[in-house]
Amino acid sequence: MLGLKKMGNASSTLTQYDIEEVQEHCNNLFSQQEIVSLYQRFCQLDRNAKGFISADEFLSVPEFAMNPLSQRLLKMVDGLNFKDFVAFLSAFSAKASISQKIELIFKVYDSDCNGKVTFNDMVEVLRDLAGSFMSDQQREEVLSQVLREAGYTKESVLLLDDFIKVFEHANLRMEVEVSVD
Amino acid sequence: MSKLKASSSELDLDRPNIEDYLPSGSSIHEPPHGKLRLRDLLDISPTLTEAAGAIVDDSFTRCFKSIPPEPWNWNIYLFPLWCMGVLVRYLILFPLRVIVLTVGWIIFLSCYIPVHLLLKGHDKLRKKLERCLVELICSFFVASWTGVVKYHGPRPSIRPKQVFVANHTSMIDFIILEQMTAFAVIMQKHPGWVGLLQSTILESVGCIWFNRSEAKDRGIVARKLREHVEGADNNPLLIFPEGTCVNNHYTVMFKKGAFELGSTVCPIAIKYNKIFVDAFWNSRKQSFTMHLLQLMTSWAVVCDVWYLEPQNLKPGETPIEFAERVRDIISVRAGLKKVPWDGYLKYSRPSPKHRERKQQSFAESVLRRLEEK
Repeated sequence: MLGLKKMGNASSTLTQYDIEEVQEHCNNLFSQQEIVSLYQRFCQLDRNAKGFISADEFLSVPEFAMNPLSQRLLKMVDGLNFKDFVAFLSAFSAKASISQKIELIFKVYDSDCNGKVTFNDMVEVLRDLAGSFMSDQQREEVLSQVLREAGYTKESVLLLDDFIKVFEHANLRMEVEVSVD
Repeated sequence: MSKLKASSSELDLDRPNIEDYLPSGSSIHEPPHGKLRLRDLLDISPTLTEAAGAIVDDSFTRCFKSIPPEPWNWNIYLFPLWCMGVLVRYLILFPLRVIVLTVGWIIFLSCYIPVHLLLKGHDKLRKKLERCLVELICSFFVASWTGVVKYHGPRPSIRPKQVFVANHTSMIDFIILEQMTAFAVIMQKHPGWVGLLQSTILESVGCIWFNRSEAKDRGIVARKLREHVEGADNNPLLIFPEGTCVNNHYTVMFKKGAFELGSTVCPIAIKYNKIFVDAFWNSRKQSFTMHLLQLMTSWAVVCDVWYLEPQNLKPGETPIEFAERVRDIISVRAGLKKVPWDGYLKYSRPSPKHRERKQQSFAESVLRRLEEK
């Protein structure tokens, strides 16, 4: 916490201590160089140097605003300070484990954060992804069919372990490169 | 929907379709095949990766990021030199430049007011004199930041049915171009003293003003544009089709307005050298006055201007394709990177149409794969 107030100021730079603190917070998934780059980006998005990025500032990035999941993701990233911002992005590091990536996917589905993903949660994500191009009925049909084939029912509640099992052999490509200069 | 837009006869200066500019296969992910399994349906990783990628870096924000010149006062030997430079720039150069600018204004106003009021009957002569005077005051402005401007290529001439388009970095683009040729420009209406100049002096060279937010202004501007290019002895028309200032490393989408007039389009490429100062005007962070002060306290503004080969609409080419072709020419000459964004996204959110396209392709792929057995 110590440096974070100061770190909100765009003109200041990170000290070695700050960087190490942030690195620790994200389980060393980013190199020091990457943290410096991310910090510059953070300050750029945090226009008024408040020390956090608001939903409106995230939406000012058109590529983000156009993302079908942006509203859902906003709930997770709105108001994050720099440390938590980096922690959120660390799941996209090439060094992050598969289980960490799956955990993030699980969190996106688990909108009420109770550790359980219900049929409803999944239908809602599907609604974000497909918009008006699939009817409510189509969504439910698709979902119940694939659930049934995977050995679940409409009433099943999926836990994180279920997600890990589901994605066991999937080839998840969830990497974002942080360019360093 | 895009059909409707394209066929509307009105000059659509404000709301172009981003879709028309993006390459059709903009999605990086190949549509997956095979039977749909739970894993495939739950796998939101491509969408998440796109979102995270946009958070980490995005080409739109990069267009409007000012990149300060490299500091060179970093060591003990250079620092005193740099300090001396600061003293010279602020205490000697800056006052001198203020004097130059003041003298310029005195000369300009003392000629302009009589010419404007006394030569009411002699329109031709009055126009000619006013043109020269506007060029003169612009030269004084350029001198006030020691503008080192190199002009390449033939100077623009006055003839009907032609329009000049240039990339846009700062309002000083206009001043730099205006000192050589009295262009009539179409520009956003500004508040404060700039607005006053716009509505009094620059109006006399035929400049056209509009408000980005006013929808009815668009129709008026479109009509004025057409009238202007038809007139034989009107000043050549200059348009900044990006509609906003970009940091001179990128070009954003060109609005098609200038390319629908049926006139010859003469591209102008402007490239600033950042050796002393960044000429990018970030109008959200800085007023124009502050921007000018920044330029006036720097050593010099160095830039290159290229008047490029005039272009015409090719048979079968849409105005948008034409605009993109001209953007290519300018980007190559000035060494700028092209990005497919509409600069007006600075002021508004992207239309939901783009998201809908992603949703559509997702829905189609799910439904298709569901049927595969």
